[in-house]
Amino acid sequence: MPPREAELRLRGQLSRLRSLPLLRGARLEGELERLQRQLEKIVAEPSDEEIWRSVELARNADRPYTLDYVERLFDDWFELHGDRAHGDDAALVVGLGRFRGRTIVLLGNQKGRDVKERTRRNFGMAYPEGYGKAMRAMELADRHGFPVISLVDIPGAYPGVTAEQHGQGGAIARSQSLMARVRVPTVACIIGEGGSGGAIATALADRVLMQENAIYTVISPEGCAAILWRDAGEAKKAAAAFKPDAMHCLELGVIDAVVPEPEGGAHSDPDEAARLLGDALGESLELFDGISGDELRRQRRVRFRTIGQLSTTA
Amino acid sequence: MSERIDVSIEHRHAPPEDGARPHPNTCPGCGSHYRDDELDAALRVCPQCGHHFPVHARERIRQLADEDSFSEEASELRSDDPLGFFDLRPYTERLAEAELTTGLGEAMVIGRAAVDDLPCELAVMEFGFMGGSMGRIVGEKFARACESAAERGVPLVSVTASGGARMQEGILSLMQLPKTVCAVEDLHDSGGTMISVMAHPTTAGVLASFASLGDVILAEPGALLSFTGPRVVQQTTREKLPDDFGRAESNYRYGHVDEIVPRPELRATVARLLRLFSNAAA
Repeated sequence: MPPREAELRLRGQLSRLRSLPLLRGARLEGELERLQRQLEKIVAEPSDEEIWRSVELARNADRPYTLDYVERLFDDWFELHGDRAHGDDAALVVGLGRFRGRTIVLLGNQKGRDVKERTRRNFGMAYPEGYGKAMRAMELADRHGFPVISLVDIPGAYPGVTAEQHGQGGAIARSQSLMARVRVPTVACIIGEGGSGGAIATALADRVLMQENAIYTVISPEGCAAILWRDAGEAKKAAAAFKPDAMHCLELGVIDAVVPEPEGGAHSDPDEAARLLGDALGESLELFDGISGDELRRQRRVRFRTIGQLSTTA
Repeated sequence: MSERIDVSIEHRHAPPEDGARPHPNTCPGCGSHYRDDELDAALRVCPQCGHHFPVHARERIRQLADEDSFSEEASELRSDDPLGFFDLRPYTERLAEAELTTGLGEAMVIGRAAVDDLPCELAVMEFGFMGGSMGRIVGEKFARACESAAERGVPLVSVTASGGARMQEGILSLMQLPKTVCAVEDLHDSGGTMISVMAHPTTAGVLASFASLGDVILAEPGALLSFTGPRVVQQTTREKLPDDFGRAESNYRYGHVDEIVPRPELRATVARLLRLFSNAAA
C-alpha cells in the first residue's frame, strides 16, 4: 500500500476521533496525540536499515520481557501455573493482577536472562502446553468478566518432536478460536518478537498494539531467507522485503497503534518503557468500557475478517 | 507430459536419471509406474502399495462431488502484491506462472456442491499453486465459503493441502490465520458444521488455523500434518525423528485426527458424516 493511503487512513481516524469526544469525554486526548505522532512518522517511510535496526532491538538481550512489565505495571500479581493436563510451560506465563483499579488476566511470552533461565523458558518458545494454559486463563477471564491483556514476545512456536506430538498446530488454532469467542475486552501488544503462529495464538484481540521497535512476522527473517533466497545469511534482505516493523504493520492495518519507546529502545529505560506501555494499555481498555460482550466479539471478528482486504474484494 | 513414459513395471526401483526428479506418475512408495488414465481411474492411489499421489483441486472436486453438482464461487478473485515483494523473482511473476501451470486463479477453489445428494459447500486447496500457500485471497475465499455455507444452512467440507502462509504477503499472510478462524467461529455460531479433510501436506499456518477447527477431522493415509516440517525439526533439535514423524498415522495415535480415510472411501465417509450432521432420517 502506498504510504499516501495509510496517511489518509490515519487522517481519517484522527478526524473521526475528533468528532467523538462528546461521547467518551476527555479520555481521547491521548489517542489523538498518539495518532498525530504516528502520522508524522508514517510520512517518513522507514529505510531498510531502520527495519533491520528494529529486528535487532526487538531481539536485544536486555529488552524488557513480560515479567519486567508485570512488576512495574500490576499490583497483587498472582501467577497461575499449569494447563491442567500435562504440565506447566514456563515460556508462556499467565496470571491475575490489578491494573489501574481493575482485575485483569495477563498472558505473556517470557524469555530468560541467563543461560539457566533461558533453558527453563525454552528461549520464549511455547509448547502446546503453553497455549493450553493460556486458554485456561482466558476461560477464567471470560467467566469472571476480567479483561485480558496479552504481551507477545515469541521467536516462534517451538520446532520440536514432542511439540508436534502434543498437537502444536491444533493448539494454536484453538487458542485463536477461543480468543475469537470470549466476551471480555482483549488487548494484545507485541513487545519484542511477534513470531508467526506462536504470536497470533495469543494476539487475536480487540485492539492490537505494537511497541515502536517490535517486529511482527509470518516467519523469521532467517527462515524466510533460507527458503526464498536459499541462504539464511540474506536475512537482512528478507526483512527489508517483508517489512516486519511497527510502522509498516500500522500502515497495512495489522495493528491499531504504535506504543512509543524511550530514546534508544525499551532496554535503555525500562521504567519509562513500562510507563508508556501502561498508558497505551490503559487507554485501550477504556475504549471498550460500556460495550457489551456480544458487541465486542462481533467487532473483533469483523476486524480480523477485513484486515488487509483487497479493494477489489471489499 | 514427459518423454519418459514407462508402462511396464520392470523399471521399478530404477534410480531417477542424474539430477532428474522422479516422474510424477512413478510411485515413491514402491516404484511402480502408471499412465495418467490408470492413476485417474484409481483415484490417484497406487494399486500396488496404496500410496496416495497428490490430487489437483479440480480432480478432487470431481472425486467428491456428485456429477455436475459443483458450481464455483469467487473464481474471479486474484492476488495482488501488497508489499511489492521481490526475492529471487518478483511475486507477481510467481503468481502468473502458478496460474498458467494450474489453470487456477489461486490456491483454493470454493463452491456449492452436493455429495450423494446432500448439499454442502466445498473449499478445496491446490498444492500446485505456490505450494498451496495461504495469502489474502485464499483467506478471503475460505471466509466466503464459510459465509455461503452459513447462509444456505449447509455444512462446509474443506480439503487442505498447504505448505502454510504465503511469505510473499508478509504479515498479511499471518493475518489469514485469525481471519479464517473467525470465519469458522461465525459458521459454528450459526449452527453450521465443518468437516476438515487433511490431505498431504497440511502444515504450518493452515494446520494452525481453520483446518484444525473442523467438527470432524479426517486425514488421508501418509499425509504430513505438522506445524513445523521434519527437516526444520531435525535441524533445530538434532534428534533422530520417529519414522512416521508428523504423518497422519502419528497424529491419529496422539489424538489429533478422528479417522484416517483411504481415498477410495473418502466420498462415502463424507456423505455419512453429512447425513449424521443433517440429523435427518435416512
